[in-house]
Amino acid sequence: MTVNETLAQASNAMVYGAITVFTGSMVAFSISLAKGRRLEALETSAQRTTASHQVRMGSTETLIKPAVSTSVSVDGGRGEGRRAGNIGMALTWLGTILLGLAITFRGLSVGRWPLGNMYEFSLAAGFAVSLVYCVMSLTRDLRWLGLFITIPVLLNLGSAITVLYAESAQLVPALNSYWLLIHVAAATVCIGAFTVGAALSGLYLVAQAAEDRVTNGLAPGRSAAIAQRVPAADRLDLLAYRIHAFMFPIWTFAVIAGAIWAEAAWGRYWGWDPKETWAFITWVFYAAYLHARATVGWRGRKAAYIALAGYGAIIFNYFIVNIYVQGLHSYSGL
Amino acid sequence: METLRWLWRQLTSMRIALILLFLLALASVPGSIFPQRGTSPLRVNEFLKDNPTSGPILDRLYMFDVFASPWFASIYLLLFISLMGCVLPRAVEHYKEMRGLPPEAPRNLSRLPVHLQWNSNSAADQVIKETQIAWSKRGWRVRTGDDWVSAEKGYSRETGNLLFHLSLLVLLIAVGVGGIAGFRGNVIVREGSGFANNVTQYDTFTSGRSYSADKLPPISFKLENFISSFQRGGQQNGAPREFYADLLVKDDPSAEPREFRVEVNHPLRTAGITVYLVGHGYAPEFTIRDATGNVLWQDAAVFLPQDAGFTSSGVVKIPDTVPQLGLQGYFLPTVSADFSNGPISEFPAADDPGVYISAWQGDLGLDSGMPQSVYRLDTKNMERIGIEELAPGETWTLPNSGMTVEFTGYRQWATFAITRDPAKGWALGAAISSIVGLSLSLLIPRRRAWLRVTPAAGGGNLFEVAGLSKTEAPGLADEISHLANLVNTKKEN
Repeated sequence: MTVNETLAQASNAMVYGAITVFTGSMVAFSISLAKGRRLEALETSAQRTTASHQVRMGSTETLIKPAVSTSVSVDGGRGEGRRAGNIGMALTWLGTILLGLAITFRGLSVGRWPLGNMYEFSLAAGFAVSLVYCVMSLTRDLRWLGLFITIPVLLNLGSAITVLYAESAQLVPALNSYWLLIHVAAATVCIGAFTVGAALSGLYLVAQAAEDRVTNGLAPGRSAAIAQRVPAADRLDLLAYRIHAFMFPIWTFAVIAGAIWAEAAWGRYWGWDPKETWAFITWVFYAAYLHARATVGWRGRKAAYIALAGYGAIIFNYFIVNIYVQGLHSYSGL
Repeated sequence: METLRWLWRQLTSMRIALILLFLLALASVPGSIFPQRGTSPLRVNEFLKDNPTSGPILDRLYMFDVFASPWFASIYLLLFISLMGCVLPRAVEHYKEMRGLPPEAPRNLSRLPVHLQWNSNSAADQVIKETQIAWSKRGWRVRTGDDWVSAEKGYSRETGNLLFHLSLLVLLIAVGVGGIAGFRGNVIVREGSGFANNVTQYDTFTSGRSYSADKLPPISFKLENFISSFQRGGQQNGAPREFYADLLVKDDPSAEPREFRVEVNHPLRTAGITVYLVGHGYAPEFTIRDATGNVLWQDAAVFLPQDAGFTSSGVVKIPDTVPQLGLQGYFLPTVSADFSNGPISEFPAADDPGVYISAWQGDLGLDSGMPQSVYRLDTKNMERIGIEELAPGETWTLPNSGMTVEFTGYRQWATFAITRDPAKGWALGAAISSIVGLSLSLLIPRRRAWLRVTPAAGGGNLFEVAGLSKTEAPGLADEISHLANLVNTKKEN
């Protein structure tokens, strides 16, 4: 099987296109945040809970949903911030599509699943992050989150084309298995969703800090600049929890699929290879997060830090273990 | 006794479980930083040689056997005791709940997170009876009183939670049993040579405490052909592209031999054992004759690859001559244009093979009683008599003895890992049921709903429907409003 150079080059062009478009959406989201409607006074989660969570109605027909609202602006006005946010959203969709095409062309150019080296994983991970964000934005207003998604996507794509780039080529034999698709695709989707989760947990910590200052009668402080432009802390926390809770079984599946593949390829399903070890550490952190969130004295800020530690383990596993640690998973292509 | 109870309460508390989880993550870290005996014993030896002071201290702290260390084991055993101490009482409780009915409706429904009310002239008992049927149909477990309905659903959330934790316990046991009742060995087989499943044939062999090596199933195979190919040109020049081993397998001594192709990701599974292809290399063939032309030695010697170009090093030992003879050197699958960097192969495929060998005379040291590597020459009591480059077919006449060394060609060899893990299926089953349990426990919402009817001040009845989510799943209000719609009252007043 030879490499189709035209398609390989088309893929590269798409990646550059996606980077350009995501840069545009980052700028648009920044403008949207900067000009976005400031909440006049920072409302704390506690105040809002008493106001809106108790739904008392005269009849079922007029029931108001007390579901988690993620809308920031109260009146949904048509300010400049809103327009910029819409542009950012549209550009994010376009960038996601371009990246999807880049991955497709890359796969077609070599006639295999394009998940064979770090450059290809990075494209897939960037695609997963932006796709998860886009899909989530279908059912709720997430324009305020856009900036915190496009930044990691751009950093990732930038490192992909500069440091991790590998020419289109065939696979090393160890990767020649349908488990490549199952295991790596599941892991990549998880990385994408956990990136969104980490952004939310990080924003939650900032928002919570600002709210705590208000509750304690202090000036909102620097964190308020962000906190005023995103939903209240408890909403951020809940949204982060839902993502993590939804992804944790899938992460478990990704690890188990890897174990099944390892059994077929290396003769054991678990061997504490560095990559396996860090996948395990990641798993333990997210398991701890889910438990912490159900434990008095740990929920809230401590739980959010644990989620961020789990994400740190993912990043460590991806960049440090892949490149610097000798192990069986040495497929970086570098 | 009081202290013990206190300790037990502490151990089974969520706080301690969380701390143990962190310790488990933290304890795994050195296992990814330091080389581990289980996976790369050679790198451990290298590390110990390079770090003569810190090495032995780290070794005493089990830094090279992290996952088999007593402190790692104590963390996960405490974690599992804590887990069981938490899960088993919950299992009992859940069993009772599953068999029982939801608790009675609370007196004041208006305090609940979702609450709806309306007035109607409908009669209480009729509405309650109909509501019981309607809610049951929607999968709720329903209990009724004189003027209330209490319903609950989502029991499988807790079932899933318990299933997940019990699966982890089964998984841990399966891992342990697999280690005790299994074995793992490595063997190098050259093209044209065979292997019979017998401990003496293995290059390395480790087995669990309860596995005795005489239970090895009597399979045998011959390596007929080994094929390898590599990327030519481009950024990944020389990267392996495919390799496979064609075997002639006899599943037991009396069986008909059958052909089987072992590839990476495609092992041979037979008689409870699995045969994996894990490595390959070259074995140059030599014919060594004495001065009169009698053949002293004729075979293919396994040389071990040293780099990505498959520059391979190895030795040949001839103990039958006086003085004894040893050859030491390199096999290069593709001889490079210049030797300025020493003998280094340019490409892993055998495009232009050659050997670069030195001959040694003296005492091989085989009789000293010390175990010796077959890949190393102990030159302490030997003297080098010459060094030569040979292409296939070329013969080198050794100085002063008249002996000749002919490099006749090469064969390929493959390393096979042969393993048995009788608990593998249990581990897989436990892993699958853990995902099922996890999904149930994280995605199924557990909810309660109530209906209460009270006589209204101005005649008729006040109907109240309320709901409570025991989890953070969205959609409670929708569901409760739907339940309220199922309460069949005449909309009056």
